[in-house]
Amino acid sequence: MVTDPVPLQLAADLFPNGISRYAVGGLLVGLGTVVIYLGTGIPAGASTFLESTLSYVSGQSRFQQYVASRDWRLVFTAGIILGGLAFAATVQSGVVTSSLYEPGTTGQLYEVAGVTLWTTDVQPWRLFLGGILVGIGTRVGKGCTSGHGVCGVGSASKTSLVGVLTFLTVAIGTAQVVSALGVSP
Amino acid sequence: MADRHPLFKPLIFVGGLIFGFGLGFSHMARPEVVLNFLQFDDLGLPFVMFGAAIVSGVAFALLPRIRDAAPLTGNPYERRLKPFDRNVLVGGAVFGVGWGLSGICPGAAYASLGTGNVTILWALAGMFLGAYVQGYWRSRAAGSEPVPSGAD
Repeated sequence: MVTDPVPLQLAADLFPNGISRYAVGGLLVGLGTVVIYLGTGIPAGASTFLESTLSYVSGQSRFQQYVASRDWRLVFTAGIILGGLAFAATVQSGVVTSSLYEPGTTGQLYEVAGVTLWTTDVQPWRLFLGGILVGIGTRVGKGCTSGHGVCGVGSASKTSLVGVLTFLTVAIGTAQVVSALGVSP
Repeated sequence: MADRHPLFKPLIFVGGLIFGFGLGFSHMARPEVVLNFLQFDDLGLPFVMFGAAIVSGVAFALLPRIRDAAPLTGNPYERRLKPFDRNVLVGGAVFGVGWGLSGICPGAAYASLGTGNVTILWALAGMFLGAYVQGYWRSRAAGSEPVPSGAD
């Protein structure tokens, strides 16, 4: 059991869902990265999937440089999707319970064939517009939250630290402005 | 990486499974939870990112001392280092606006689809469109740009 290092009242304000689900989830994300690195020496990021997959349908030189890695990136992404499904079929469905997991109240739960699935309340236009900017930004900026944030920071890469600091700061500013404008969810 | 070991793809798949399960468990596959962090309503997110970075960091630091090369590829164990230039700042800022607006990032979006979030297809469509647009621009400008390299 993880104990809170800060006074309980403060923890309740800042961490309304506790920290264990975050810490345990993060350790698993790191473990997934390590499994791949251990066997292959590849520090895998999630965003190059976009460009490498586009190489199947576009002859642009920018995409063609990823032809050599596009097949394993498809496998990696399929693994991530099915990992999410495995989580849904076990912990999210209540088949597996743990004191380390705090379920949360966001979005909508629904059931298909006995599996508890989840869908977001965040509006489609936000997801689509944000997705376009994420697609441009991660590729121009050489990485995303997993490439820079996990593998890059794990490598103590100065480029990645600057990248993470940049997108974290800008994202906080953006989310605050969007929230102040009354956009919710 | 010309002739790959038969376990190459199975291992990548297992790594992806654990990675995606972790994104689900940590609720990073829920855009709302990411937005709650960015709005300071729930500060749990750094435990995910730095928890993961510490685990990978230990492996990245130890493995090169134990072995020279990875068993399935023969690749040397190297750190993930990318050259710094203005693109890191410009791209990071554009990504930051997108992340702050939507609460989604690539890995978490794939995992989110797995948890049943069909609405996330909007974000995935947007990401492919954005990646295509930048690829189109940069392919046009490729003559004046050094060739990027790296496994990621």
